[in-house]
Amino acid sequence: MRIIEYEEKVFKVIMIGAAMIILGVLLYIIGTVFFKGLPSLSWDMITKLPGGGFYLGKEGGIVNAIVGSIYIIIGSLVISLILSVPLVMYINFFLARDSMFSNIIRFALDILFGIPSIVYGAFGFALMVYLGIRASLFGGIITVGMLIMPIMMRSFDEVTRLLPRDLPDALLSLGATKYEMSKVILRQLMPGLVSAILLAVGRGIGDAATVLFTAGYTDNIPVSLNQPAATLPLAIFFQLGSPVAEVQNRAYASAVVLTVMILILSFSARYFSSKFSKNKI
Amino acid sequence: MNSTASMEKEMNDHTIRIENLDVYIDSQHILKDINLSIPEKSITCIIGPSGCGKTTLLKTLNRMHDDIPEVKITGKVYIDDLNIYDKVVNVIDTRKKMGLLAQRPCPLPMSIFDNVAYGPRIHGIRKRKIINQTVIKYLQYVGLWDEVRGRVHTSASRLSIGQQQRLCLARGLAIEPEYILGDEATSSLDPHSTKKIEELFIKLKEKYTVILVTHTLRQARRIADYLVFMYLGEIVESGPAGEFFNNPKKQLTREYLSGSFS
Repeated sequence: MRIIEYEEKVFKVIMIGAAMIILGVLLYIIGTVFFKGLPSLSWDMITKLPGGGFYLGKEGGIVNAIVGSIYIIIGSLVISLILSVPLVMYINFFLARDSMFSNIIRFALDILFGIPSIVYGAFGFALMVYLGIRASLFGGIITVGMLIMPIMMRSFDEVTRLLPRDLPDALLSLGATKYEMSKVILRQLMPGLVSAILLAVGRGIGDAATVLFTAGYTDNIPVSLNQPAATLPLAIFFQLGSPVAEVQNRAYASAVVLTVMILILSFSARYFSSKFSKNKI
Repeated sequence: MNSTASMEKEMNDHTIRIENLDVYIDSQHILKDINLSIPEKSITCIIGPSGCGKTTLLKTLNRMHDDIPEVKITGKVYIDDLNIYDKVVNVIDTRKKMGLLAQRPCPLPMSIFDNVAYGPRIHGIRKRKIINQTVIKYLQYVGLWDEVRGRVHTSASRLSIGQQQRLCLARGLAIEPEYILGDEATSSLDPHSTKKIEELFIKLKEKYTVILVTHTLRQARRIADYLVFMYLGEIVESGPAGEFFNNPKKQLTREYLSGSFS
């Protein structure tokens, strides 16, 4: 056999191997979480507040953390959407294509993208100290918002850049108003926006480091923005730290809840983008 | 006296008259003192080398420069005896009179049916029956109906490029314009699709005034009734096709026609 044929074979094995390892790791993680967590997962677990001595093996559930996580992610989503859509519209439609300023913004977002979440947590904490805010739902929302904003902006920006440049002209020449034009363009961008949102949510909902100092932890469901809020990643962390084996198993059950939430988000992301993109150009 | 006035009006109807038109982009003088009248119900081809201002001229006819702050336009463009750059003229009404066929087909992100129905819908037609009739009529007109009849509710982006361009033409016709503008409308198409579009232009001139920017002299020879030859932002020569090709008056035109530059 000639050397290039060997080369071909070797690289094929490496490529298939890499794909297999990725699939294997995913299955192993999901398998472990479900194998350890499912036996402890009960209806009480996802509907009840932690009772007294919950972390020592007594009765209760983690509904406080589930609701807290949902509150925080919705809040941070609203904040980052309010900033993302105008920013992406600005760098794509108002600035010239690949202008200096828009590339600086993209570069800044890429750097923000790479900053570890604990740094966001520390920054959020410092900001809260400066503003005199306690660890609260509000603090968590702001900090998680900062974490997911660059993710959302960059992924939304990527799909917006692919928008056919002729589309606005085609609409205007038919006598469409600017508003009618924006509606069609938004429809074209919808799948991209939906996947950007779901990507950001998936990242934000599972992050422990950002909420550690900023959202605090509580056994109750917060009823106002300045009360502390529990979150699923921290619920897992605290339960896993317990010396009681039963509580440790509940940590895995909590992980199942979080994993299922993220899986649902990922699958709906795929579903929505294929549904919306049916008519994409 | 009265009859002369009405005759004059008759003559001016459905024509385009451009008077002393100058277009600047930033400090560049793109179109220089353009004076031109375009006869109705015929095909007028605007030819000339790249960058001579053909497309800019075409775009002034449906005010597509409106949103570009760098563009400054002076002079008058009369369409149906109305200066479209007059402050009282509504840009939507002007664009509604003009069906534009762009260089590359750009279907809207919706179904084949909705693509054609989009124009009538945004211009206020709500009745399903009328919209259905309009869509079928224009899809038939461009010869697309038989090719897509079973799948008019599927995405327009799945059509071939040639079919997409005919769809774009149907979409433009559905707003019931009086003029058809083509901006190198066949330059991205294969010869077969080009032929179909050219045949459509010839059919269109029975009802509409067709103005085409074209890059290929051969296309102009095949379909033009009138020619406008531009060079560096100025009109060098214009006139009926036979005269223009057989007996050009200007040296520059002769050189261009003989292919000394392109």
